Order: sequence, then structure tokens, then C-alpha cells
Amino acid sequence: MTTIITILFFGIAYGMILYLISVGLSVTMGLMGFVNLAHGVFAMLGGYATVTSMNRFGVPFLPALAIGCVLVAALGFVLERTLYRHLYGRSELDQVLFSFGLILVSVAMVRIAWGPLAQPIQLPDYLKGQVKILDITLPAYRLALVGFGAVVIAGLWFVFDRTLFGARIRAAVDNRAMAQSIGINTSRLFAAAFGLGTGLAALGGGLGADVLAIAPAYPLQYLVYFLIVVAVGGLGDIKGPFVAALAIGLADTACRYFLPAAGSIFIFAFVFVVLIWRPNGIMERR
Amino acid sequence: MTGTATLETRGLNRAFGSNWVIADVNFMLRPGERRALIGPNGAGKTTFVNLLTGRLRASSGNVLLNGEDITQLGEARRIRLGIGRTFQITSLFPKMTVRENVFLAVAECEGIAGKLVRSVFSHRPQVERVDELVHRVGLSDVAGVPAQLLPYGRQRLLEIAIALALRPKILLLDEPAAGIPTAQSHVILDIIATLPKEIAVLLIDHDMNLVFRFAQQISVLVQGSILVEGAPQDIAADARVREVYLGDSKHGLPAAA
Amino acid sequence: MTTVSASPIVHAAPPSGIVRLLQLLPWLVVAGLPLALPGYEPLATQVFVMILFALSLDLLVGYAGIVTLGHAGLFGVGGYTAGILSVHGVTDPIVTAICGMILAAVTGLVFGVAMLRTKGLTLLMLTMASAFLLYEIANKATALTGGEDGLQGVSFTALLGLFAFDFRGKTAFFYSLAALFLVFTFVRALINSPFGWSLRGIRENDARMAAVGCPIMQRRVTVYVIASALAGLAGALQTQTTQFVALYSLSFELSGNILIMLILGGSGRLYGAFVGVPVFMLAQDLLAKQDPANWFLGQGIILIAMVMLAPGGILGIAERAVNAIKTRSGR
Repeated sequence: MTTIITILFFGIAYGMILYLISVGLSVTMGLMGFVNLAHGVFAMLGGYATVTSMNRFGVPFLPALAIGCVLVAALGFVLERTLYRHLYGRSELDQVLFSFGLILVSVAMVRIAWGPLAQPIQLPDYLKGQVKILDITLPAYRLALVGFGAVVIAGLWFVFDRTLFGARIRAAVDNRAMAQSIGINTSRLFAAAFGLGTGLAALGGGLGADVLAIAPAYPLQYLVYFLIVVAVGGLGDIKGPFVAALAIGLADTACRYFLPAAGSIFIFAFVFVVLIWRPNGIMERR
Repeated sequence: MTGTATLETRGLNRAFGSNWVIADVNFMLRPGERRALIGPNGAGKTTFVNLLTGRLRASSGNVLLNGEDITQLGEARRIRLGIGRTFQITSLFPKMTVRENVFLAVAECEGIAGKLVRSVFSHRPQVERVDELVHRVGLSDVAGVPAQLLPYGRQRLLEIAIALALRPKILLLDEPAAGIPTAQSHVILDIIATLPKEIAVLLIDHDMNLVFRFAQQISVLVQGSILVEGAPQDIAADARVREVYLGDSKHGLPAAA
Repeated sequence: MTTVSASPIVHAAPPSGIVRLLQLLPWLVVAGLPLALPGYEPLATQVFVMILFALSLDLLVGYAGIVTLGHAGLFGVGGYTAGILSVHGVTDPIVTAICGMILAAVTGLVFGVAMLRTKGLTLLMLTMASAFLLYEIANKATALTGGEDGLQGVSFTALLGLFAFDFRGKTAFFYSLAALFLVFTFVRALINSPFGWSLRGIRENDARMAAVGCPIMQRRVTVYVIASALAGLAGALQTQTTQFVALYSLSFELSGNILIMLILGGSGRLYGAFVGVPVFMLAQDLLAKQDPANWFLGQGIILIAMVMLAPGGILGIAERAVNAIKTRSGR
């Protein structure tokens, strides 16, 4: 029983990280229709910023996270305004090539700046060790992940469902031309959404530094998982990817525990089955 | 392969939510007939065409081809049975040339589209048919030009060529002259006038000049129902039709005799 | 009749006999390489195999409009099939190559039917997932595949019973060149067939293709199976000419590399593979030696620059140059 709870917990924590990173991709994908494979770069950079702030400059964990978020969101905003916006109408192939090129450039620059090895992360003391809840011992870090993640996600849902900004995004995802014709400045909306998405990715990267290791190979190594969350969850949605991310997180963790010989085979097979059943993602809209 | 056909609807209905866009329409298009479907904007004309071709499912009622019920058949099936159409919004293969555009349709129709190895040009009969169709719509001089480079009016002609390539027995032309200056719409009319006599043609358009010169019979669709049907001069004289079009000459209806 | 053809490689009219003969010339020149530059046969063989691989990808990316980041999966299936068969006693090169093709085709069929009902990001992701799935299977089935160390003990008997695979690589050179020639001829015929044209139609306006009665899914699966078989052939050739196969053959890295090689030359232009592969391999040789980071950086910058400034790769640039000269001389 304890094993089940532990797996559940680890799985949810992993899923939360995946969600934080991937939700931005789902939104920008649904909003701009842009196949941005480089989304993982922003998560990676957030991780590097956080870890470097902590290791090099002694900044405490939470402020380091914030620094990572802000810096990366700003970078995302700038890149959107300078590079991405010129490619919105282009073919899928062009977008794939561009974003892939961006990955390669980032991976190279990061490797030159920080070297090829994974960054060591020193969790703050209050996150080290175990916590006992109802007879079950759980690592404090993972507990914090789940809690923190839940708070951020709730905030995100609030922004989407209750604020004007969120409403504008939902309108533009639903029907871009229509949104423009009722006066929504889609250009600025894209930039803002992109900044938000990349900022969230950076948060996920920094927060999850002990789950997904911060190393130059990051955007390539984990790319397929981010894409899975978005594809299975449904583009342009923020609730679907949540379900998808949790499912992936739980399935992957359970699999690694019970069938380690199978590796990731199960996950990929599972993804295929799901998408054959629901090609547009599990939350079938329309 | 070109036979003749009768296209009929009985009690055809289509609702979007609680809005009956097509309500209890009984309609008949006879072999070789030249009929026009007119009506104010929002009357449901394009929806009706979509119901005839199978792009939309009927909510109730029947569509019959030569007396056979085809209501449950999908679009691809109805195409093979000989119902062809053009689109209100031009839908071509932009980077491919005029000849290539027409060829794609001819190839599908004649069943050679799946051929893997022999060159396109070795399929002589089909290539000749393509050239014939391109010539018929008057596009021979631009046969090698990519579709997206054609002026809009000529793109509409290409639309017609593609529809003809499928050997339709019934041809539904959805606003073929839309967006073309009235002065040039006679080109479309000339092409339509040369269509084979066996093909039944239903023309949907707002250009009353075109409609009255083309049609043997006119059906008037208002708010999803057929208001009246008859010969062009009778329709022009009909008071209800004039009322629907808000005045005698506002929409180009010829003055009453 | 002026032909402002959008796809110059696709014939506007069937080529004459003289043109056909002239097109054979480059092949004959290349076949003479062992005389002119002895010692370069192994490198040339590698290039031929990669060009074949890139050609198979071009069918998908350049013509059918199916963007895949998992094409190495099929390459690896062909490669491992040939390798595993040879380790277990089936050592005839042509037989094992054909087996590699068949297995890759079947793999392509199974995945294709599952994946090709989706499109866009979902399809792209599934192509990646399919290759990762195959990679993981090969990685875990160590007894069969040799796992991370690669498959040991691969060797093949003489080609057609006559030409043994020697150290200098002469047999491998002519073998792979012949295979490439055959595949090229096939692919060119395919592109100029009604089937090939219908693929372009599906890519440009699939709604319209459906409206003219085209069975879209069927066509796409067919081209995916063909491309898979050809990729499998390339993989088998690789195993046969290097007497080795390892996980790299199934890797995401290879999938990415072969896409870049193709794009560099120019996709949808038939000869793009012939241009992009040597250029890429040369650049890789120059840049990757000092520091792999530099190579990544260079690749990335070139990709971004190409998308922003020169879509259509090297052949695209050449095309535009030729058109500019034509307009200038008033033709």
C-alpha cells in the first residue's frame, strides 16, 4: 500500500512538472498554430538560471526560481517579437526546422557556457529529507513540488477562466479572425501569451531540476514528452494537458517501478493507443 | 459514362440547433435541365447544395438520384455517382499548374490516380482529356501557369474544369461568377452555355443577368423553403418574389412584362 | 508555351532520349571515382547510403508533405534485420537487404496506419514516438541486438556469389552506387506518375482532393510504406558495407541529421538529397572534430538562416538564381 501511495506521489509530482513546462506549449500552439519544438529550451534556461543563481550567487531557492521565470519570460517575449512572429504563416516544415535550429543553437551555447555535465542542484534545507504524513514517509521535495505546482496551476486556471486576458486567449484560440475583428490585439496577445508560456516553462524547469536534470541535452531529451502532453491533452487547452501530464507522470513512474525492463516502451505504446482512440486529444472538443 | 440523371429531394430538412435552415424542401432537377436557384442572402442556398452533395447530413427527408435514395451516402460516394459541384470560395491546388489541377481530378475519376510507376504522360487518353477540358473552359493559353497566379475570374473557370473532369451527370454551380466584374461574367456564361446537354445544371448566383440568361427554370429559396418555381419571365413578374427582393429593380430583376 | 512550373523537376513534358542519356553522365563519372581517387571508396559508400536514405525521406517531406522526425526508426529496422540475419547464418547480401526492406515496410505499415490519421504536431510527435519505441526495444533486447555496444559478428558473403566485400571497399562502393541508381530511377518515376501527382495534390489542398474523390489515407499510407521500405534498404546497406549496426541507426539524432541533410539540399526537388548529403557530411567533418558544440551551433544557425532567408535549401537558391538570370536576359 505504501508503495502505491509513493508511486502515486512521485507520479503526480513528475506530472506536475511536465504540465508546468508543457502548458505554455499547448497555449501557444493553439493560439499561434506554431509548431515550437524549442519550448523545452525555455524550461532548460529557467533551470540553468535558477541553479546558477543558487550555486554561483547564493540566492535562496524561491527567489532563484523567480529570477529564472522573469529572465526567461523576458527572453521569450523578445524572441517572439523578433523571430517567431515572422514565421506564423509559414509551412509546418519551416516551423519545425526553425525551432529545431533554435534548439541546436541553445544547446550549443549552453554547453559552451556551462559545460556538458548536468548541473548539481542543492535543494534548500527545508526541502531536503522526509516528511511524515499519515504513517507514510515522503520526500519533502516531491511534496513541495505537488503543493507548489497545485498553487501555480490553480492560479493559471483562474487567469484563464476568470480574467479578461484569459478570455481573450480563449477567444483567439477558438477563432483568431473573429477575435481580431472584435478588437482583440492578437499581436500583443501572442507576445504576452508566449512570455507567460515560457515563464511557466522556466518555472517548471527550475522547480523540477531534481526530476528532469538540467543539462545541455535537456530540450532534445525531453522534447517528446512535452509533445506527448500537448498532443494527448489537446492543443490550445489548459485542462486537457493537465490530465495528460498526470497520466504520463503516473504511468511512467508506475512502469519504472513495476516493469523496469520495459523502460519507456510502455509509455510510447500507451500514447499510440490513446491517440488512435482520440486523434484530437483526450478532451475531444466539438 | 455520362448518362443522364434526375436529382430530387423530398421533404428535405436541415436544422442547426433549433434553426431550420432548410425546411421541407421538395425539389426536382430533371435530366439536362438548366435551373437556377435564387434567393436573398441567408436563404440557405449553399446549405442546400451541401445537402445535395453529401457534405452535410440531412436532419430528415430524402435525397434521391434517379429514384434511388442516396440520403445516407457520403460525399465521396455521391461524387462517384455523378453529382459534381463547384465551390463558392475557390479551392484549387495553388502551386500546381492549370493542367496539373485538372489532371488530378481526371485521374481520380478514371481510376488511374493510384498508378505508381508509369509516367503521367504515358496515360494518353487521360492527358488528352485534360487538354480538352482546359480548352473547353478557355484556359489553354495558361495551361502551364500555377493556379495561384491566375486572375480570379480564370480561377473560377478552373473550378468549373475540375468539376467537369469528374464526369458529372448533375452539376451544381455555387456562385461561379462571384467576385467577377459584371462586364466579364459573360465568359462564365459562355462556358456554361457550352456544357453538354445531358448534364443537368443547377446554378446558384446573385447576378440576375447571368441567371435570367442561363435558366430555363428558376427556383426561389426564401428562409429555407421554396417560395415559387417557374419560367424566368413568370418569376420576374411574381409579386411575392419582387417583395422578397425589396423592390422592382433593386436586385436587377428585369422589369415586369 | 511558357512553363512557369512550380516544380521544375516534375516534368512538364516527357524528356527526350538525348536528355535521358545526358542524365546518365554524372552517374558514369561517379562510377569512375575509384580510378581517379582511390582510397575514398568507403567515404563515397557512406555518402551513397545516406543519399538513398535522404531520398526516401524526400518522398515523405518533400512530396507527400509528411514531416517526420522518426525516419531513422525504419532505417534502423532495415539495418538490424540485415545484421541479425547475418549473425544467425543468413549472409547473402541481396537476400538480407530485401528482408530489411520488407521488415521496414511492414513496420511502416503498422505505424503508418496508426499515425497518419493524425496531423500537425500530433503526427510529428507520433513519428518521434515510433522511433523512440523501436530504439527502446532494440536497447532492451540486448541478446538480439547487442544493446548499447552494437551488434557484433556481422559479416556477409560475396555479392551475387562473385564480389566479396573487401577491405578497400570496392565491392561496397559499386554495390551501394547501383542500389542508389535503382532507387533514384524508381523515385523519379514515382514522382512523375499519377500517384506522385496526387500526393502533391494532397499536400496542397487535401480538402479539395477529398472533394474529387481521392482516398487520402490510402495514398498517404502507401507512400509511407514505400518510403519505409527504401529507408530500410538504406539501413541494410549501411550494415552490409560497414559490417556493423548500433543504436545510432535508430536514434533521434540520426532522424534529425537526415532531415537537415535533405533540407540543406532542398526538399521536393529530387536532387536535393544529392546536394545536401555531401555538403552536410563535409561540414560535419570540418566542424565536429574540434568541438561538438561548434557543430551544433553551426547546424542551428544554418537551419535558422535557411528558414528565414533561403527556404528551399541550396537548390532553392540555385533555382532563384537561374530564374533571376532568365528574367534578366528577357527569356
